[in-house]
Amino acid sequence: MAEPLYAADREDFREIVRLVRPGARVLDVGCGNGELLQLLRDEKQIDGRGIEIGAEGVSACLARGLAVIQGDADRDLSEYPPASFDYAILSQTLQAVRAPKDVLSNLLRLAERAIVSFPNFGHWRVRMSLLATGRMPDTRSLPIPWYETPNIHLCTLRDFTELCAELNLRIEASSAVSPTHPARAINCQSPIENWRSESALFLLSRKSAALSAPARPGDLFA
Amino acid sequence: MTVLSSPRPDQTEGVLRLQAPLRLDSGQVLREVEIAYCTYGRLNADRSNAVLICHALTGDQYVASTNPVTGRPGWWPVMVGPGRTFDTDRYFIISTNVLGGCMGSTGPSSIDPDTGQPYGLSFPVITIADMVRAQAMLVSQLGVETLFCVAGGSMGGMQALEWARSHAERMFTCVLLATAPRHSAQNIAFHEVGRQAIMADPDWRGGDYVRQGVRPEKGLAVARMAAHITYLSEPALQRKFGRELQRDGLSWGFDADFQVESYLRHQGAAFVDRFDANSYLYITRALDYFDLAQSAGGRLADALAAAAAVRFCVLSFSSDWLYPTSESRVIVRALNAAGARASFVEIESDKGHDAFLLDEPVMRDALNGFLDAAGAARGL
Repeated sequence: MAEPLYAADREDFREIVRLVRPGARVLDVGCGNGELLQLLRDEKQIDGRGIEIGAEGVSACLARGLAVIQGDADRDLSEYPPASFDYAILSQTLQAVRAPKDVLSNLLRLAERAIVSFPNFGHWRVRMSLLATGRMPDTRSLPIPWYETPNIHLCTLRDFTELCAELNLRIEASSAVSPTHPARAINCQSPIENWRSESALFLLSRKSAALSAPARPGDLFA
Repeated sequence: MTVLSSPRPDQTEGVLRLQAPLRLDSGQVLREVEIAYCTYGRLNADRSNAVLICHALTGDQYVASTNPVTGRPGWWPVMVGPGRTFDTDRYFIISTNVLGGCMGSTGPSSIDPDTGQPYGLSFPVITIADMVRAQAMLVSQLGVETLFCVAGGSMGGMQALEWARSHAERMFTCVLLATAPRHSAQNIAFHEVGRQAIMADPDWRGGDYVRQGVRPEKGLAVARMAAHITYLSEPALQRKFGRELQRDGLSWGFDADFQVESYLRHQGAAFVDRFDANSYLYITRALDYFDLAQSAGGRLADALAAAAAVRFCVLSFSSDWLYPTSESRVIVRALNAAGARASFVEIESDKGHDAFLLDEPVMRDALNGFLDAAGAARGL
């Protein structure tokens, strides 16, 4: 399995499990060793598939009885037919793909909803680290040196919400996640949340899409 | 059914005559087709634990029992047996010799019932789909309607893919190892070299060598030597032989100076003892004709549309240049597009195409996980 892209433990997994509708069809892009897919299968009885770049991760997934292919988000999403899934999950992976905009578009082509989480480069620790040291931030959520990090497309909460607007995506829910605190719902447009959120998680759908069920953001924070 | 012998109480081998004539892709009909097979393990009461293992170009039905011709212990003992990945305590394993083969199934060296003479070149050209038709009939005649798994590597993987295209309702899972959905120009080119070597041997006699009591051994050996290179990787060949010499110094002639030459000559010589030259022509032709998407207007996903409910496990090997990972990816993308439940991993190995025959721990672990999960879903 590849090194974790994000050093926090996966508090965001709990949020995602809470969000996903029971029995849904789910594609987890960058599924690592399959921990999240297994959680979703055990707790929400989903029909899950995964994509993982590392052979060891895929083998670990197969050992868990998951259906996972070795591949990557940049190359392998376009083959899935439209609306093949209810949810496409991209957990702490967006910042590591080559073309985040294309990947995001693809996620919402092949699934009705996307759940996307990423480390927020606008978090105060990141800003203070850069301001104080004059070096690339070295924080709990971004501990890998600049010359080794797979995180090539870091963004802030504000950057991301602007991209969603440009792609005509509806933000059904957003929350701040951190390894030490339970997730909390946020107003993702609020500048203060761009300071406070260590990592952010979004539930997205296409504004143009007719959704099969009304959006229930309450699911996220029940 | 002729049960020739039972080496162990849970192993059988025999030759079974198909109950109906076999209609071939070429339009011809073969009568009195016989298929040689082995079984390992026991069919359970629900008849739900049968696994079909399909062999590669020069393989046979002796997947995990002693091959009577070579005296060697089958071609996949590391994967098939009690407690192994294809666990004979758990599954009822069926393996057949392909149509066109030379280990007991009807092929070009069999007797044509119309003439009483060996078929030779009057044997019709067959396809991978024809091999699968014959297998499907044999499996039915063994009392098995649905297979828990159809598995194969290389040409065996192509048969498994063809099963998924044409008999998806009869299978629960499909294991595809080091295989491809069609033969590439390079694949066809190498096979053409082999066929030309056989046909250039004066003892081939226009394909009529059986009746004339000779064998085109030199041609068949050269065909095997050329093909064998494609089963290995360049680094593995280099590591094993380098430029090492057989003896001190060069011979300044055309003996086998280099160890790699001697190795290939040995491979060729050993092969002619166990394989028939015309079978080699027919089976390589079947491989060259293979293009799974053809039946669906070139769209592989459409060809596999009926297999949306089948669970697939696709494994490729990083140093396989005969059926490289890119070919497995073509299969996987088509399976995704067809909505099938596909798993895929490329296994790091420097052993080339033949890696699938060897003890590869990552392959074993991946398949164990895949089969265990599918078995649980199937109640095995």
